[in-house]
Amino acid sequence: MEILIILVPLALMLGLAGLAGFLWSLRSGQYDDLDGAAWRAIADDEPPQEAPAKR
Amino acid sequence: MQITRDFSHYVRTAGEGVQHIDLAVEGVHCAGCMAKIERGLSAIPDVTLARVNLTDRRVALEWKQGTLDPSRFIDRLAELGYKAYPYETESAEATEVAGSRFLLRCLGVAAFATLNVMMLSIPVWSGNVSDMLPEQRDFFHWLSALIALPAAAYAGQPFFRSAWRALSNKTTNMDVPISIGVCLALGMSVVETIHHAEHAYFDAAIMLLTFLLVGRFLDQNTRRRTRAVAGNLAALKAETAAKFVGPDEISQVPVAAIHPGDIVLLRPGERCAVDGTVIEGRSEIDQSLITGETLYVTAGRGTPVYAGSMNISGTLRVRVSAASEATLLAEITRLLDNALQARSRYMRLADRASRLYAPVVHATALLTVLGWVIAGASWHDAIVTGVAVLIITCPCALGLAIPTVQTVASGAMFKSGVLLNSGDAIERLAEADHIIFDKTGTLTLPDLAVTNAAEISTDIFELAGRLALSSNHAVAAAVAQAAGARSPIVGAVEEAGQGVRAVVEGVEIRLGRPSFCGAEALAGGVNLDAEASIVAFSKGTEKFILSVRQGLRPDAQAVIAALKARNIGIEILSGDREPAVRAAAHALGIAEWRAGVTPADKIARIEELKRRGARVLMVGDGMNDAPSLAAAHVSMSPISAAHLSQATADLVFLGRPLAPVVAAIDSARKALHLMRQNLWLAIGYNVLAVPIAISGVVTPLIAAAAMSGSSILVMLNSLRACSASRKIV
Repeated sequence: MEILIILVPLALMLGLAGLAGFLWSLRSGQYDDLDGAAWRAIADDEPPQEAPAKR
Repeated sequence: MQITRDFSHYVRTAGEGVQHIDLAVEGVHCAGCMAKIERGLSAIPDVTLARVNLTDRRVALEWKQGTLDPSRFIDRLAELGYKAYPYETESAEATEVAGSRFLLRCLGVAAFATLNVMMLSIPVWSGNVSDMLPEQRDFFHWLSALIALPAAAYAGQPFFRSAWRALSNKTTNMDVPISIGVCLALGMSVVETIHHAEHAYFDAAIMLLTFLLVGRFLDQNTRRRTRAVAGNLAALKAETAAKFVGPDEISQVPVAAIHPGDIVLLRPGERCAVDGTVIEGRSEIDQSLITGETLYVTAGRGTPVYAGSMNISGTLRVRVSAASEATLLAEITRLLDNALQARSRYMRLADRASRLYAPVVHATALLTVLGWVIAGASWHDAIVTGVAVLIITCPCALGLAIPTVQTVASGAMFKSGVLLNSGDAIERLAEADHIIFDKTGTLTLPDLAVTNAAEISTDIFELAGRLALSSNHAVAAAVAQAAGARSPIVGAVEEAGQGVRAVVEGVEIRLGRPSFCGAEALAGGVNLDAEASIVAFSKGTEKFILSVRQGLRPDAQAVIAALKARNIGIEILSGDREPAVRAAAHALGIAEWRAGVTPADKIARIEELKRRGARVLMVGDGMNDAPSLAAAHVSMSPISAAHLSQATADLVFLGRPLAPVVAAIDSARKALHLMRQNLWLAIGYNVLAVPIAISGVVTPLIAAAAMSGSSILVMLNSLRACSASRKIV
């Protein structure tokens, strides 16, 4: 059962990484326009000088 | 005089040498629109960002400072076929957006904690029946505590704060039992873990928070979306005023940039966007949106004008006053304040349920503890059982029962063109059994229409419409719009107060007063109702009479019939004159109507109905309706209503038809039915679970399963509110 010493912190780290990712995506405004994002994914070509995202 | 458009009020600086503006755009529906707009705007040199938000129907634009004028973007969007206008975030919407983000963050934290605590709990549950070492179990419990305690402290904030607010006001709400349940479950689990006990409830507590946060977030998100739509509609009305920036120079500025003391120009055919006093000029003004009276008022030096009045004939200079300076407005404000204070403190269904629920649950828990002690159990075991009762009865499903239905139902209402201003409006609307309609602007359309267009041949009507384009008169504008005229007649001359004339193919045509066109005899012979304005049109020796008036909403008759079929009492209370109200009531088959009613009389009538036990739905748009909208049990306004009324009403409906009123009532009734059903489901679950808890055999596994099972059941049931009946009439 010594494997727990590695597995438990590893699982927690992965969970925290997921949470950090979620909070980052929330802060960078990725939940501001869910309808638009759905369509953007299948749009053919974006205008070339398009800036990445609004703050 | 020179006119410029000035949008500098909306532009803000977004970092080094970059300016930013937000535009509300009408008619963006799909990916195609999105790409078209973004490409079209990015093609303008020096634009650094053009991004469409499809959810909120807005565009964010950034460009290099000093290189572009914002009005260029609006023109470009108009070329592409979209109406756009700068948008300013109201504080109400900003609060909703911030609230929505905070809840989403809480939900993220709670969901993370739930997943990780569950990962630790499942080995413990299975280990308890197999061969887990007590040391390993304690280790897992401590780890769970390490995750759950900080997560609950953060994610539980919305509930703890609300519960604290309720308690410090000496009331109770659903968040009080939730907070007590969560705190006790966590506290007891820590104590149990210290004593190396077999069961800990970290998972149940944090899972409860996750489920409840889902409900809260959905609720908040609907409100945010409604606010965004309402904000766009307000922006797209593009209310501007011609403000004097020099003695002879005017600038078209947004209303938000106008301050008391400014002088604005009000031209014929314009709707006044500010409150003020006339300082120069004479005209007739239409104050129907303010008083409900359709007869024009003569305005001269010193006459107060209100936002929403339509200027008919002459040009006026108006000095802008701070609100409530004028006598009429002050009277309405006073009545409104009284009505808002007296508004019977409606107790939400959820609060009524929790007021019954909380004492019962807490008493049961106490009795359980005492019962076990009397039966000979140790205090420790008795308290553990008592806490288990509290955990299992923690109103998870109860907390979801109402917000989930509200979310789904308001989405369905949104589709049928109704926006909700207040969350509990659905419950109150479902109870309404008597409707009071205002006439002007509510049963009738706010704009003028030609009523006898069918009696005149199309080419004559079209010619009259083209001629009308040369006049500023509001009635002429209605004729031009009805005829769909686009190209004005070259060389048309307007004679002030008389009409317009022009010569086409050697024949003189005239549009205006009957005497101007030599059609007095014809006008005298036509028996038209009192509300209509009469315009004559002559082409050589041919004479025609056009009757212009506010028409009834296209489906008003069908809607009234549908409401009657639903056993709802209907009456009209109008500030307009008797003949006009009588005609409308007769046309719609409404037996009960009163004309010439003052705002105070309207309130008196509502109070009288209330005393008789009726629950009144008030539908009105005028500023004179605002106090009665607040006094009624529940209220609705069309989107064209005066600002004050729209802000007071519980629901706002869009568009020209009246059908949203019936659709909203139907959805609300269905929603209330589902809310009650959900409450019974939640209570039924408790009736099953509580005996198990009292008997002291509850394990964390049972608690978790019961909690998620009942929550999911309630959520699924709520989804049924979506299938609101399509047939309205």
